[in-house]
Amino acid sequence: MHMADALLSPAVGGTMWVATAGTIAHCAKKVQRDLDDRKIPLMGVLGAFIFAAQMINFTIPATGSSGHLGGGMILAILLGPYAAFLTIASVLTVQALFFADGGLLALGCNIFNLGIFPCFISYPLIYKPIAGRRPSPTKIAIGATLGAVVALQLGALGVVVETVTSGISSLPLKPFLSVMLPIHLAIGLVEGLVTTAVVSFVWKARPEILELTAAAKPLGALNLRNVLAGLMVAAVVTGGALSWFASSSPDGLEWSMFKVTGSEELDAPEEGVHHTLATLQEKTAFLPDYGFKQSSPTESIENSEPETSSWPMIDSGTSTSGLVGGILTLMMAAALGLLFKRRAHTV
Amino acid sequence: MAKIESAFFDLSYLDALARRNTCIHRLDPRIKVIATAVFVICVVSFHKYAISAMLPFALVLVLVMGLAEVPASYVARKLLIVSPFAVMVGIFNPLLDHQPLMQLGPIVISGGWISFFSILLRFSLTVSAVLLLIASTGFNAVCMAMVKLGMPRIFAVQLLMLYRYIFVLVDEGIRIHQARALRSFQKRGLSMKTFSHLVGQLLLRTLDRAQRIHLAMLCRGFDGTIRIQRVFTITKGDLFFLANCCTVLFLLRYFDLPLYIGRLLTRLLS
Repeated sequence: MHMADALLSPAVGGTMWVATAGTIAHCAKKVQRDLDDRKIPLMGVLGAFIFAAQMINFTIPATGSSGHLGGGMILAILLGPYAAFLTIASVLTVQALFFADGGLLALGCNIFNLGIFPCFISYPLIYKPIAGRRPSPTKIAIGATLGAVVALQLGALGVVVETVTSGISSLPLKPFLSVMLPIHLAIGLVEGLVTTAVVSFVWKARPEILELTAAAKPLGALNLRNVLAGLMVAAVVTGGALSWFASSSPDGLEWSMFKVTGSEELDAPEEGVHHTLATLQEKTAFLPDYGFKQSSPTESIENSEPETSSWPMIDSGTSTSGLVGGILTLMMAAALGLLFKRRAHTV
Repeated sequence: MAKIESAFFDLSYLDALARRNTCIHRLDPRIKVIATAVFVICVVSFHKYAISAMLPFALVLVLVMGLAEVPASYVARKLLIVSPFAVMVGIFNPLLDHQPLMQLGPIVISGGWISFFSILLRFSLTVSAVLLLIASTGFNAVCMAMVKLGMPRIFAVQLLMLYRYIFVLVDEGIRIHQARALRSFQKRGLSMKTFSHLVGQLLLRTLDRAQRIHLAMLCRGFDGTIRIQRVFTITKGDLFFLANCCTVLFLLRYFDLPLYIGRLLTRLLS
């Protein structure tokens, strides 16, 4: 699952970028020092192979939904950790640039989540000890499946931790984990099965290929688009319905907590990492606590229409100005777009 | 399958867009890469509930899109295709965050909804910015620019090779898939067993192809080092563009323009 720019804070995105860039530089050095220059075209063509393989969908047994290959594990097994990491990184870069999967800042996270775990954890620690030296169909099956499952679990964990520490989404850690990990357990199993099938096919047809690249590693990611689309629709519907009830009357507890603590930090849960990052983010934000700070109860009674005074934490002044200004900006953007369009027609 | 074929049609469409010649296309690729990065960082650094403050960035984007003659409908379609993950994670915000933040007449809007729309806006802005970069620069030039900016050369070669062979291998994949589809009549789903044989076959062909490419490279004097020959020059105009671009972006980041305009207007009207 690809991380998106929209859910990242600059601090988290930047950190992951640095980590990923460092790993790429390290791998580039390792691959360049490797005397085997056959790997250069091999890496490029295998990266393209992943694209081609991903467009062929298969039916997932017993579910009726379809999935496609993630491919990280296969690359690791065929190329070894360093070259495979570069290949995965290049595939994700092309996906980010051309298919807008993720985004520029999220690229660091995505390469980390989908590349580091299969190449530097699953492959050397799981696949290689099990099936590295003398592969047999059973060993390949166990190694590839286990490797894919572990890599995807860690990858899902990465997505969750990055999302939660960024704090743009309000999802708390535990429920998010309890959704992501089981989904990715299933995805990992399917990915493992497919990887096993493809690798054993190659092993039967051309055993020398696997022996040649015996220094290889696994990785994997599967896309259950249809399942996810269904989940999304369900989430939007329930989210819309539930939040309507929830937001139209702030519940007593929240209200009293505000009164008691006088805290202005209600926009972030006050615990652990989340809080620390939220405060950090606040320092960098130009208008922290949108429409919140200026609105002491007395002020809002003075300045605003009668209806707004019942909930003093709403500063209707800021809301309205923001809204009016925002609509104006949007109209300007639309007008500009139309202008360009008309010019394009007349030219 | 149709989806993927159209995705690859998109690839060549982006390439075609990148071959145009507008004032944005003529800028040095390095300048465009840096400007895009600044844009993305500015957008993601907004706080969770920012909406109106981010809108001027859309204005900037529309301006560049217009100058580069990239069709907005194309960018919009791309946004729709890739939106699921951001929407799925974002939609939990309205569920979890009930803090009322805004009032429109009788309707109170919770912080959750505001941050959800903020996520959608961030998503649209960052994704369109990257698409614009590619559509106005082209993949090869972006890779070269990244090498000049410090990306390891071998990684650039990997990206270029990958991009070159995507078209070849996707064609091959499509042929294999078509052959199987023609022979299986109404049986629509592809079982995992058949799938692994198809993909395994594709993999074997890929490995053979890699070997042929390697031999061809050796015949042409490949000695393990990659030479990238392309000269870029940054002109005064480029620097002028970058300076202006960064100034505008930082100003927009630090001053909530729509809020000021809105305040002015509401004050005038009341």
